[in-house]
Amino acid sequence: MPAVCLYFQVHQPHRIRKYRVFDIGHSHDYFSDTSESNLNNKKILQKVAGKSYLPTNKILLELLLRHPEFKVSFSLSGVVMEQLKEYSPETLESFQELAATGRAEILSETYYHSLSFLYSKEEFASQIRLHRDLVRDLFGQVPTVFRNTELIYNNELAAVVARLGFTGILAEGADHILGWRSPNFLYFPVSAPGIKLLLKNYRLSDDIAFRFSEPSWSEYPLMADKFASWVNAVNGNGDVVNLFMDYETFGEHQWESTGIFEFLRHLPGQILRHPDNYFVTPSEAVAKFPARGELDVPYFVSWADVERDLSAWLGNPIQDDAAGKLYSLEHQILLSGDDRLIADWRRLQTSDHFYYMCTKWFADGDVHKYFNPYDSPYDAFISFMNVLADLRLRLQTKLASAPAPDAQIPGFV
Amino acid sequence: MPVKVLMFGWELPPFNSGGLGVACHGLTRALADQGVEITFVLPKKQAVKADHMRLIFADIPDFDWTQFTAYSSIPGSVVLDLEHLPPDLLSVVFQYAKRAGEIAAKIQHDLVHAHDWLTFPAGAVASGRSGRPLVSHVHATEFDRSGGHGINPSVYQIERKTMTKSAKVIAVSQFTKNLLTRHYAAEPGKIAVVHNGVDLGEYAPVAEEDILLPLKSAGFKVVTYIGRLTLQKGVDYFIHAASLVVKYHPKTAFLIVGSGDMERQLIAQVAGMGISENVLFAGFLRGNLLKQIYRSSDLFVMPSVSEPFGLTALESIASGTPAIISKQSGASEVVHHALKVDFWDVEEMANQILAVVSHGSLHQSLRTNGQTEVQKATWGAAASKVINVYREILGK
Repeated sequence: MPAVCLYFQVHQPHRIRKYRVFDIGHSHDYFSDTSESNLNNKKILQKVAGKSYLPTNKILLELLLRHPEFKVSFSLSGVVMEQLKEYSPETLESFQELAATGRAEILSETYYHSLSFLYSKEEFASQIRLHRDLVRDLFGQVPTVFRNTELIYNNELAAVVARLGFTGILAEGADHILGWRSPNFLYFPVSAPGIKLLLKNYRLSDDIAFRFSEPSWSEYPLMADKFASWVNAVNGNGDVVNLFMDYETFGEHQWESTGIFEFLRHLPGQILRHPDNYFVTPSEAVAKFPARGELDVPYFVSWADVERDLSAWLGNPIQDDAAGKLYSLEHQILLSGDDRLIADWRRLQTSDHFYYMCTKWFADGDVHKYFNPYDSPYDAFISFMNVLADLRLRLQTKLASAPAPDAQIPGFV
Repeated sequence: MPVKVLMFGWELPPFNSGGLGVACHGLTRALADQGVEITFVLPKKQAVKADHMRLIFADIPDFDWTQFTAYSSIPGSVVLDLEHLPPDLLSVVFQYAKRAGEIAAKIQHDLVHAHDWLTFPAGAVASGRSGRPLVSHVHATEFDRSGGHGINPSVYQIERKTMTKSAKVIAVSQFTKNLLTRHYAAEPGKIAVVHNGVDLGEYAPVAEEDILLPLKSAGFKVVTYIGRLTLQKGVDYFIHAASLVVKYHPKTAFLIVGSGDMERQLIAQVAGMGISENVLFAGFLRGNLLKQIYRSSDLFVMPSVSEPFGLTALESIASGTPAIISKQSGASEVVHHALKVDFWDVEEMANQILAVVSHGSLHQSLRTNGQTEVQKATWGAAASKVINVYREILGK
C-alpha cells in the first residue's frame, strides 16, 4: 500500500546584472537587468511562468478537482514569491487557488533559498521566520515540514530544525547515506529522534525530471501507466514513494513537445487505478507513518550533481571567497538597521549566485553551463564581488561609528 | 608506407619573428612523431634546430630574415613582374616559388603543404610541377595582418588563388575558417579546422628567482602584453584599459613586450594619458627571458583585434599565468578557463584586470583550471587532425 508524496521546488533567484567596477559607488541597483540576456529577471520569470508554472498549475487544479484523493506539495522560495507578486501576479493567484483546495501543502525553507545554515544559524532561523510570515500572508498556511535549499542536509541541520519546532524534513535519498535501506520508509535522524525524514526516491523522481525525454533511455517513451506500474511494484516493501523535483521540470526543463504535460495529466489517475495506492502530503506522511530506523548523516548531502554534496555551490576558491566575504558582513549589516541594505545582502545569499561560480565540468558544457546565465563562472564572480564592494561602501556610509571611507574602494587592495 | 610531405615554411626558431615559426616547429615535430616523413624547405640557410625532419634551403640571395618577417604586409600595390624582380618581399616570395619548382622535381613526395601566403606561391608551383595535391595552411590572413585597415590586393590574390588550387585548406581556428568563407569565397567543406597546440614542456612553471621581484616588492601587480606592436594586436586598447585600471588600483604595472610599427605612437599615447609610470616598454624579447616574463606576470592580456589563433594565450596559461583573451581570436575557442573580452570593450577589459589583481581567489582558480585545461592543447592532437586531412586527400 504505497502512498505517493509529490513535492515540487519552485524557485527563481534575483540574478545579478552585469555590474562593473565602474558602477561601484554609483549604482545600487544590482538585480535590474533590462536587456535581452538571461540576467533579466523579469523576462526569465515571465518566460518560465508562461511555459511552466501557469500551464502546470492549471493541470494540477483540474486534477485536484477530478480526483478528491489527489494531493501535492510545494516549496516556494521567498524570492520567487516576491518576483511573482511583481512580475506575474496571475501566476501567484494560480498557486493560491491550488492552496485553497486544502490539498496543496506549502513547505518551509529559507526565504532567500540560501546556504545560511552553513554560515550562521541565527541568519538561518531569521530567514525561516521571514518565509513563514510570507507563506502565511499569501497562502494562509503555517508550514510544519522543512526543506532546506536544494535538499542540503546533515545531522546538525536536523537538530537545529527540530529545535525550531518542525515535525519533518525532506532530504535526498542518496545511496551513500541509505546503504542497503530503502528511501520508501521514513527515518529519524540520529541527532534528533523526535523529527522524521522523508527521503527522495531519486530513481523514480529522476525518471521524470531528467530521463523523461531522453530517446537513448531504454524506457523511452515513458507513459503514465508504465510509471504507475513501477510505483505499484513498491507495494509491500515501502510506506511512501517520495517524488521530489523542480517544478520547472514541467514545460521548462522538459518542453511541452516532449509530452510531459500529458504524462502529468494522466499520472494521478493511473496511480489511483491500483486500489492500494493513494496520495499524501509531507505533513500527512509524518503523522501517518512510523520512522523505521535511525539515519546518521555526519556529512552534508544534497540533490545536486552526481556528487550529491555541496560542491555545486562551495569548495572552489572563488565560491568560498565570495560566500565567506558575504557572510562576514552579517553583524554589521544587521546592526545598520537599514532594511534595503539588509534585503540586498540577503538577496546576495541566494545559492544560485554560488552555483553560477562552479567551475566543475565548465569546459565540458554540462548542466552547470546550461543553467548559467553568465558567460563563465568567472564573470559571475566578478559581478558578485563588485556588488559586494558597493554594498560595503553603503554599509560604511551608514554606520556612523565606522571610519570615513578612504579613497580606495573596499575590496580593491 | 609513411606519408611523404614536401613542406614549405618561412621561418623556424630561433630565427622566427613570432608564432608562425613556433607553430611550424611544433606541428612538424608532432607529425614526425606520428610517422610522417617531412622535407621542410626554408628560403635561406639558417642554423635552425630541427632534427626531426629533412631540411632544404632554397638559397634565395635577396632573402634577409630581419627585413622580411612573416608578418610583413606590403604597403600599396605591387606590379607582378617575374622577369624583373625588385629586391622586395614580393619578389623574394616569387623567387622562392621558382626554386620550389626545381626542388619539387628532385624530392619524392605524396603531397605539398604550405604555410601562409609567403610560401603559397612556392607550394602552388611545387604542386603544379609534381602533380601532387596541395594543402594550404592558413595561420593568418591579410585581413588579420592589416587590422582591417586596407588589405594589399596582391597578397589577397595570392591567398585566394592558392586556396582555390588546394585540395584542402587548413585553418587554425573556426574564427579563421569563417573569415576564409566570408572574404575569400572558400568552400566551407574544403576547410578543416586544426587548432594549434602548445609545447607544454617549454612553458611549465619552474622554481626560480622571480624576474619581476623588484616591481612586486614595491607592491605592484604586473599585467603583461606580449606580441608585436601593430594594429592587429590591439595594444592601443590595452593601454586605454590600463589608464582606467590605475585610477582604481594605482599599483598596477603594465608590461609591454614586443616591437613593431606602432611603438612610437603607443609611447606617445601612454605619455599623453599621464600613465608613463605604470606602463613599461620592454622591447622585443625571446628565449628564456621571455619565458620568465610569462611565468612571473600576475596576468596576461591578449587584446587582439583579429587573431587567427593566439599561441601566446596558451603559452601564458601553460606557464601558470591567467589570461584575458580577446573574443576575436581562435584561442578563445580552445580555452574556457580564461576571461574573454571584446577587444573594443576597454571598460570590460579594465573590469576584468581589476578583478584578477584584486581577488587572489580568482587568480588561483584561473591558474589551476587553466593549467589543467591547457594540457589537452597538444601539438600531438593537432598533428593527428592534420594526418586525417592527408589521408582524406590521398584516399588512404
